[in-house]
Amino acid sequence: MDEQVKQVPAHWRLVLDSDVIARSISRISYEIVEKNRDLKNLAVVGIRTAGDFLARRIRDRIQEIEGIEIPFGVIDITLYRDDLSHSNAQPMLKGTDLPFPVSGSRIILVDDVFYTGRTVRSALDAIIDFGRPSCVELAVLADRGHREFPIRPDYVGKNLPTSKDEFVKIRLKEQGFEDGVYVVPPSNKKKEA
Amino acid sequence: MIVISGGTLIDPSAQREGEYDLLLEGATIKDVQKRGSFSELKSVRIIDARGKWVTPGFVDLHVHLREPGFEWKETIKSGAEAAVLGGYTSICCMPNTRPTNDCAEIAKFILDRGRNTGLARVLPIGSISKALQGKEMSPLSELKSAGCVAFSDDGEPIWDAGLMRRSLEWCLMLDLPISCHEEDKHLSCGGCMNESGLSTRLGLKGIPGVAEDVMIARDIELARFTGGRVHICHVSTARGTELIRRAKADGIRISAEATPHHIVLTEEAIGEYDTNCKMSPPLRGEADRLGVLAGLKDGTIDALASDHAPHERDSKEVEFAKASFGILGLQTSLPLLLDFVRQGAISRMRAIEALSTGPAKAFKLNAGRLVAGAPADITIIDPDYSWTFRKEVVRSLSLNSPFIGRQMRGIADTVVVEGRVVVDGQRLISQGA
Amino acid sequence: MPRHLLGIEGMSREELLQYLDNAEHFIEVSGRDIKKVPALRGKTIVNLFLEPSTRTRSSFEIAGKRLSADTINISGSESSVVKGETLLDTAKNLEAMAPDVLVIRHRESGAPHFLARRLKTTAVVNAGDGAHEHPTQALLDLLTLKIHFSKLGRDISGLKVAIVGDVRHSRVARSNLWAHRLLGNKVTFVGPPTLVPGEFRDSSIFGNNLHLEADLARGIEGADVIICLRMQLERQSEHFVPSLEEYSHEYCVSERVLSRYAPNSVVLHPGPANRGTEVSSEVLDGPRSLVSEQVTHGVAVRMAVLFTLAAGSPSTNQEQQV
Repeated sequence: MDEQVKQVPAHWRLVLDSDVIARSISRISYEIVEKNRDLKNLAVVGIRTAGDFLARRIRDRIQEIEGIEIPFGVIDITLYRDDLSHSNAQPMLKGTDLPFPVSGSRIILVDDVFYTGRTVRSALDAIIDFGRPSCVELAVLADRGHREFPIRPDYVGKNLPTSKDEFVKIRLKEQGFEDGVYVVPPSNKKKEA
Repeated sequence: MIVISGGTLIDPSAQREGEYDLLLEGATIKDVQKRGSFSELKSVRIIDARGKWVTPGFVDLHVHLREPGFEWKETIKSGAEAAVLGGYTSICCMPNTRPTNDCAEIAKFILDRGRNTGLARVLPIGSISKALQGKEMSPLSELKSAGCVAFSDDGEPIWDAGLMRRSLEWCLMLDLPISCHEEDKHLSCGGCMNESGLSTRLGLKGIPGVAEDVMIARDIELARFTGGRVHICHVSTARGTELIRRAKADGIRISAEATPHHIVLTEEAIGEYDTNCKMSPPLRGEADRLGVLAGLKDGTIDALASDHAPHERDSKEVEFAKASFGILGLQTSLPLLLDFVRQGAISRMRAIEALSTGPAKAFKLNAGRLVAGAPADITIIDPDYSWTFRKEVVRSLSLNSPFIGRQMRGIADTVVVEGRVVVDGQRLISQGA
Repeated sequence: MPRHLLGIEGMSREELLQYLDNAEHFIEVSGRDIKKVPALRGKTIVNLFLEPSTRTRSSFEIAGKRLSADTINISGSESSVVKGETLLDTAKNLEAMAPDVLVIRHRESGAPHFLARRLKTTAVVNAGDGAHEHPTQALLDLLTLKIHFSKLGRDISGLKVAIVGDVRHSRVARSNLWAHRLLGNKVTFVGPPTLVPGEFRDSSIFGNNLHLEADLARGIEGADVIICLRMQLERQSEHFVPSLEEYSHEYCVSERVLSRYAPNSVVLHPGPANRGTEVSSEVLDGPRSLVSEQVTHGVAVRMAVLFTLAAGSPSTNQEQQV
């Protein structure tokens, strides 16, 4: 039985469809392989939540291409964020799991949409708490601009010019949707669930 | 001469209720007649009581005026002011001052201070035991001669049944009642609220109702045995009320009082550790509240007594277990009781009786009557006046009341003590010495 | 308005489970080489312990430090409270210092509520107040049970829990009662009527899933979890028990009675235990005992609590902000 595919709200504007996403992931994977001749010590780490799914796809693709096992990890940056504030909602931790020796590894950090750079900064802090990687590179599905930190992705699926008051949303198969990246106009902010 | 005219007169002593006017001469009531009977009289002051109730001045058998010794909580003057604003013309003050009212000097001091205020009559209650220690009997005869109207160790029970027995016997000669704070402290055991599911939930030590009941039972038997007069303070349990009801049926000389807070509130009012709901005896559950209310209604409980117990902020703004027991009462008794009249739970006549004639009879005071020759102690009630018991309204030096902020209906509009108007249109009239 | 943790009573099931979920992730943090995350960097936590406690105080202190908060300990013996300062003054002084979190242990029930009402910007955590509540103890007990039972493929609802001993004076018993009530677990308080007061039968307050039992064997029969409570010496002089010997004769949780009546049970104890009085050494040191897990999980639970109260949640939806 097919599971019901969840639908996004009608006013979300699709900017990257599933084909584009698939091709982007494939291209990023090839670029990683190309750039890292020696895949020894390579590990792919996704930033929760969506980066985690993308990272797994990239890891799987690299394994397909090269036929070797690549370690995989996930990072929850909640404990490293700089924008937590008082609120009556209970913060939810999703957990960090880096099941490989971080020291000396070459880490490909994967995020969904690159924006200010703050998430990546937090993720770097988190990685460093586990050891001293020999290098960290950043792969993102989309780069929407407006960075606030001197951090730049090494691998980019698509550049996605947006204005600062727009929202960029990503929904993936792993979450029960069809793959897609959307732009949501600011006026509709309150209507979102 | 003063004529109080146009009001509805309610005199429980004569079970009279109707359109009567009062003529006061000096400190006494000269005459009571049908409305308009005194309209011919010249050069009299007329108090217009239209739309109001004219009742005997209220008598409070149980107040703490804190003077001498704790003047930051209350003084005789501030207490007497609060009293008349609440409609009271006589207040009996407990002896747990510092020093204790256990000798003629202290009793006279209190009487003098009271007289100087020119407000409510302040009637001292002497201690049963010296310094409230429960060991040696106070000089009861001397205290009576000085002007004490009853004896009590309120705050403390009389632990020693032998002392209680001998005190009752001594008082046979003096014809004064012994007013008993009923609490077996081995059962209350450092508790700070009613022992119940709620105290168990809040993790507070409980004072079980039985701590009160066993002592009421003991003192009923001692009253039966000695023939002495026992008055039971602030009854808070249904069982205690029932014991008193049966004792009265047996012809024992017993009287009793209940407080407004025990018939208005239950322990639920404590909420999250509100120390303004901490009193002794503690607020009980609903069954006890209803039991006490029924006792007040059927006359088992003779009097409503405020147990006015002022405490400064520092004694109340502390951990619940450490807070002092007691709340203010003088200015709120009347409207709280009138709520029951409006609900039909108590008749108007009975309510006024519980405030005036009932307590007067319990202590055999010359008060609580609106008949010719009685003292001119009169309270004129505006029964429908709506007001809020705000901090600014509190006349006491302390503010410990769970009723602050509460909407009230009914107030003492005019109060006359010994023929002098001390409250006029809800305003205190200063009595320049 | 800061958010507080004053008790388990009144908490929602979701909130409870969220604390446990977060705490599980903090177990991972405590297992790292660098056992520290920057989540509460720049936040101040005051541990105000006005009643002796080594275990809970150090657990909160470690938790605060692992979250990178600045923690300050004020304990009974050194505080000005001993010199006559009232709790109101304490509240005022704390207000002036404006810590982000105040952890308070106090011998009087309701003391944390007193401070919570008066502190405008500080989150208050009840670390045990009188005989009222000890919410982080209940949370760590639940976390311990959650991890234990998940290994057996069970979750923590549908459990039979027996709490044995001096329930009357126990905040641990009360907090656990509320917690297990949220989970729909059957709780039995086991002990003599002097220590298991009949007031707990008030189902309008305590619900219908609480049972009182004076007989140890009947009380623990078929239980999945036994929580032993600490029995204090002064109960003897207060007439709650004829003697500690007599108490332990009737109520000491021993392997003999467990293997017969609750053979599959695990045993918790909030510590410190009186060996041979409320629980035998054989049980405490044996395979049923989860006591050392309780201590480990205490730190994780307190990290979860401090993190929740001091960090709050992301100011906006995470994926939008990034």
